[in-house]
Amino acid sequence: MKKPTAGGAVSTVVSLGTEALGAAVSAARRAGEAIRSGASHAGETEPRWHVMTVCASAEEVAPGGKLPEPLARLGDAIDTRLRPASGERGTELACRLHDKEDAGPPGTAEPVTADATVQELRTALRQAKALVETGEILLPDRPSTNRPTVTGRPLDKLIEKAQGEGRL
Amino acid sequence: MKALTWQGTNDLSVEQTPDPAIRNEQDAIVKVSQTVTCGSDLHLLGGYIPFMRAGDVLGHEFVGEVVETGPRVERHKAGDRVVVCSFISCGRCWYCKQGLFSLCDNGNTNPGITEHLWGSAPGGCYGYSHALGGFAGSHAEYIRVPFADQGAFPVPDALDDTTALFASDSAPTGWMGADLGGVKPGDVVAVWGCGAVGQMAARAALLLGADRVIAIDPFRRPTGRPTRPRRRGPAG
Ligand SMILES: [Zn+2]
Ligand SMILES: [Zn+2]
Repeated sequence: MKKPTAGGAVSTVVSLGTEALGAAVSAARRAGEAIRSGASHAGETEPRWHVMTVCASAEEVAPGGKLPEPLARLGDAIDTRLRPASGERGTELACRLHDKEDAGPPGTAEPVTADATVQELRTALRQAKALVETGEILLPDRPSTNRPTVTGRPLDKLIEKAQGEGRL
Repeated sequence: MKALTWQGTNDLSVEQTPDPAIRNEQDAIVKVSQTVTCGSDLHLLGGYIPFMRAGDVLGHEFVGEVVETGPRVERHKAGDRVVVCSFISCGRCWYCKQGLFSLCDNGNTNPGITEHLWGSAPGGCYGYSHALGGFAGSHAEYIRVPFADQGAFPVPDALDDTTALFASDSAPTGWMGADLGGVKPGDVVAVWGCGAVGQMAARAALLLGADRVIAIDPFRRPTGRPTRPRRRGPAG
């Protein structure tokens, strides 16, 4: 599917022929199932690096080595790496859940890739980037105008996970 | 307040909904004076974008008056008349700095959904499903405008609301088509499709100096049978 470009994105996103619409709907269903079940990250047995490009210098991302609050809050649970992004796009901020197996004798380690923790890491990375770039973390509209429906429940679950999931 | 809400496929209703509130320091609240529907709304209406919840407020092209601003809004104050870009963008991420505002990294609160669909997430958009952030739309008495310094533009006194309204989406979208097509003075330009955006593209081509614009559209008779495409001279 075509990636939206500047300006006419609303039209670009949804200007699909009727055949393409069917494909879009089934792709959307698959995406929903993948997010809800976490299947998109199935097979990830070891912690991996999650990398966010931040449009700022390393000193702006972590002044004096101090990480933005959402990541600092995760403390020793994560490893962090900063390096200049290619193409002068700022700084690559990479984080990985700390591999506890490295730290202690074998057999004492807990599973390190608990889904909730990976979700926390992704959320914290997104929030850290937003804070550095915009000075705020954008919040969704509240109070909501929605009313809960039975058919809307799967989407409600999807929205709950939408910060912590994705390709990051 | 009153708002036009999506209730299900091909099911809309005007409902009493909660007033929007300032959620971030860079937000403004705008009292909507004019709001217009878009061809893109048909996809929501027809149920082709399966990320709508019952009660979602539609509408992403609007003009209105600022009634409240967050403490970090600098370019606007209560009483200002503004036209607002349909996409929600921060103005400070890499995409925004390239002028690719609809790809903003910080305007969509639900990035995981479209990352799974397309590999990366576009910015947010008013009234355009939870895949684009779930922000309430403009077919309402009031609307929350995040990153107001970035997305809201003052309307000069000489322009009335109706003239300014289309700067939200359809006019720049049509302009972008002509711009991407590299239209220059003396060109003969063909525009396929004479919906709102197609007409704006034709108009933009003329403004960019095209000598002639040929607009092509399969007009339908009342019976639904398409007629042969027609050729027309310069639009407008
Ligand atoms: Zn539109
Ligand atoms: Zn941005």
